[in-house]
Amino acid sequence: MQVDRREFFKILSAGAVTMSSISTVQARTATALPPDAEGVLYDATLCIGCKSCEVACKRNNSMPMDHDSYEKDLGVDGVWDAPKDLNAKTLNKIQVYRNGKANTRNQEVDGFSFVRRACMHCADPDCASACPTTAFTKDEKTGIVAWDKDRCCGCRYCQIACPYNIPKFEYDKAIPLVHKCEMCSHVQAEGGIPGCAEFCPTGATIHGKFTDILEEAKRRIALQEGAEYPYPVSSLKGVFRRTSDKDGSFIQDEPQDNSFIQRRPVAKYIDYIYGQSESGGAQYLMLSAVPFEKLGLPKPGFSSAAARSENISHTLYKGMIAPIALLGGLVFAAHRSSKSLESEGEVDHE
Amino acid sequence: MSETYAPLGGKLWTKPFSILFTLAVVGIALMGYRFLFGIGAVTNLNDGYPWGLWIVYDILVATGLACGGYAMAILVYAFNRGQYHPLIRPALLASVFGYTLAAFAIVIDTGRYWNLINIFLPGTSNIGSSWMVEVAISISSYIVVLWIELSPVMLEKWNKTKLRRAVHRSMFVVVAFGLLFPTLHQSSLGGLMIVAGNKLSPLWQTDWLPALFLLSAISMGFAVVVFEAIFSATVLKRPYEQKMLSKLAWTIPYLLGAFLVLRWVTLLANNGLSDLAFNAKGIMFVIENLLFIYPLIVLLSKANREKLTQLFYASISILLAGAVYRFDAFLVGFDPGGGFVYFPAVAEILITVGIISIELVAYLFFVKRFPVLPVLKDA
Repeated sequence: MQVDRREFFKILSAGAVTMSSISTVQARTATALPPDAEGVLYDATLCIGCKSCEVACKRNNSMPMDHDSYEKDLGVDGVWDAPKDLNAKTLNKIQVYRNGKANTRNQEVDGFSFVRRACMHCADPDCASACPTTAFTKDEKTGIVAWDKDRCCGCRYCQIACPYNIPKFEYDKAIPLVHKCEMCSHVQAEGGIPGCAEFCPTGATIHGKFTDILEEAKRRIALQEGAEYPYPVSSLKGVFRRTSDKDGSFIQDEPQDNSFIQRRPVAKYIDYIYGQSESGGAQYLMLSAVPFEKLGLPKPGFSSAAARSENISHTLYKGMIAPIALLGGLVFAAHRSSKSLESEGEVDHE
Repeated sequence: MSETYAPLGGKLWTKPFSILFTLAVVGIALMGYRFLFGIGAVTNLNDGYPWGLWIVYDILVATGLACGGYAMAILVYAFNRGQYHPLIRPALLASVFGYTLAAFAIVIDTGRYWNLINIFLPGTSNIGSSWMVEVAISISSYIVVLWIELSPVMLEKWNKTKLRRAVHRSMFVVVAFGLLFPTLHQSSLGGLMIVAGNKLSPLWQTDWLPALFLLSAISMGFAVVVFEAIFSATVLKRPYEQKMLSKLAWTIPYLLGAFLVLRWVTLLANNGLSDLAFNAKGIMFVIENLLFIYPLIVLLSKANREKLTQLFYASISILLAGAVYRFDAFLVGFDPGGGFVYFPAVAEILITVGIISIELVAYLFFVKRFPVLPVLKDA
C-alpha cells in the first residue's frame, strides 16, 4: 500500500504546481471600452459649487431629499437637501476642499476647490467582478455600470471591492436596495444626457462620447494658464434643453451665436487626468487645479483589483483541472485508508 | 482495541445549558428584529464597513474553528493515520454545527437573502470571477457532506442498519469530497479580500491570501481538536487522551512554520512593513504574530508536546492566532477611507453570542443523546 501513497502525492503535487504558477501568469489587461462608450468630464476649476447637479440628479432619479444635520435626529427629514457625502439617497455629491483663509478658488494653499463625487463607471469594474450574482453589469454599448435588484442578494461585497466607495446600501430597510449613479441611462435612452451635465451652468460637468471627453481633457491640461478657452456647457455635442416634462422628449439645440460655449480664462491645471488610469481606467474623468488627493480622491493604483483577483481565481480553477486532480487523489487516498482501517479491524469508516 | 461510541447520557438541563439556551433565545429574538427593521437596526455596519463582526466571526472564524473534522480527515484519510480515528467523530460534530450555523449567519447578514439562489443559477452566477461564488458553492456542498459523514451517528441510534451499510460502502467518496471542499473554500475565503485592493493594508494584502487562509485554517483545525479533547475531558470528567494528542501535536509546528514563512516572504516582497506603525493595525499585527510564534516554539519540543497544560495553552494560542488573523485581514487592516468607522453594536454582538450558544446547545444535546464520544475501554 505504500506505493499508492507515493502516487497520491504525485497527483497532489500536480495541483500544487498549478497553484504555484500564479505569479507567472500575465496580468489581465483592463477590458477595452466600447467605441460608443459614454463619458462624463468634471472640471473642478469651473465648478462654483451651486449643486444644480445634485438637484437635477435627485429629480432624474426620483431620490428623496436628505440631510445630516442634527435636526434629522429630531425627526425633521426630507424638507431640505444637504447630505455631507454620497449615501443611499444621494448618487451625486459636491464636496469642498478648503485650506487656510480659503479665499482663492483653484488654489491649494489658502484656497478652495469643489469636487463632484459619483460613480466612475470603471472600464474594469471591481463591483461587477466581486458580485456573486452578476447584479452589476457593464453595458456592452455605453459602458454604463448598472445594478439589477432582481439579481442582488445584498451581500455588499461590491462595497468591499469598490475603490471609490460608490455603491450604497439601505441599512435601514427590511427590504434594502443598492444605489449608485447609472449615468441617467433612462434619460439617455430617450435621447437626453445625464442630469448633472444637463443642468450644470458653468460647464464644469459635461457629457459626451468617452473618446471625445478624453480628447477634451487632454486639450485642457495642455492649455496655458490665463489663456482664454471656449468651454462648452452641458455637452460636447451641443446644449440640451428639455421641451416638456410631460412627454419627456428632448431636442438638441443647434449651436447659435456660441450660446453653448462660455469663454473663460484657463486655471492652472494639474497635469493629470484623474480617472484615465485609476483602477484600470474609468469613464468619468476629472480635472483640477488642486492636487486630487487633497480633494479626497483615493489612489487605487493603475490596474484594477478585479484583474488581480480574477487572475488568481482563474489560475486555480482553470478548466477545473486542479480541483479535479485533487479530488481524484483524495478519493484514492480515502479509499485506501478506509480499507486499511477495516483490515486492522478498527472501525467502520465514518 | 476496537472502537465503539456511546451517548454520554446524563441530565440535559444543567445550569450552563440553561444559560446558553437563554442566550440563544435572546439572539433569535434579535434576529427577528433584524428581519423586520433592517440590518442597520441591530448593527453598526455602514457603507464604508459593509462587513463586520458577523462575517468575520460567524463565518470566517467559526468555519476556521470548525476545521477540526477537516484536519482530522486529512490525517486519517489522506495520510493514512488510522490511529487518530477516535478523535474524528467529536471533531466532525463540532464541524457540522459550525458550518451549518455559518450558512445560517449568511442569510442573516445578506440584505436580499431571497436572491441568494442567484449565486447558484447558471444564468446569474458570477462563477470564475467572484471568489464568493466559490465560497458559497463549496461551503453549501460541504455542509451536505458533513451531515452525510455524521449520519452513521444518527442511523446507529435509530437502528437503520440497512441504510447505514449503504452509507458505509460509499463513505470513501464522501470523505474525499469532505477533504476537497474545505481546501477550496478555506482558501477562497482568503481570496475574497484580494479585490479590496489597497483598502486592505499591505500588512495583510497579498495575492497569497488564499494559501495563507488555508494553512491557518488547517492549523486551527488541529488546535481545535487538541483543545476540545482536553476541555471536554475536563468538563465531562472523562480520561485524557494524552498519548494520542501528543502524537497529533507534531503536525502543528510544521503547519505554523509553513504559514509564517509564506506570511513573511509575501510581506517583505510587498514591502508590507512600510505600513507598520504604533496604531491599532500595528498592535494587532504584533499580537497576531506572537500568537503564531509562541505555539510554534512550544510545540517544537517533544517534552512540551507530552504535557497536557503546554498542549492546552499552545492550542488556545493557535485558535486565537487564527481568529486574530481573520479579524485583521477583514476588519482591522481594512480602511475604506472617507472617515468611516466601525465597532460592533450591542445587538450585533448578542446575535453572534446567540449563534455560538445555539451551536453549543446543539453540541451538548448531541453528545448526551447520540453515540458521538468513543467508549474508552482501557480507561
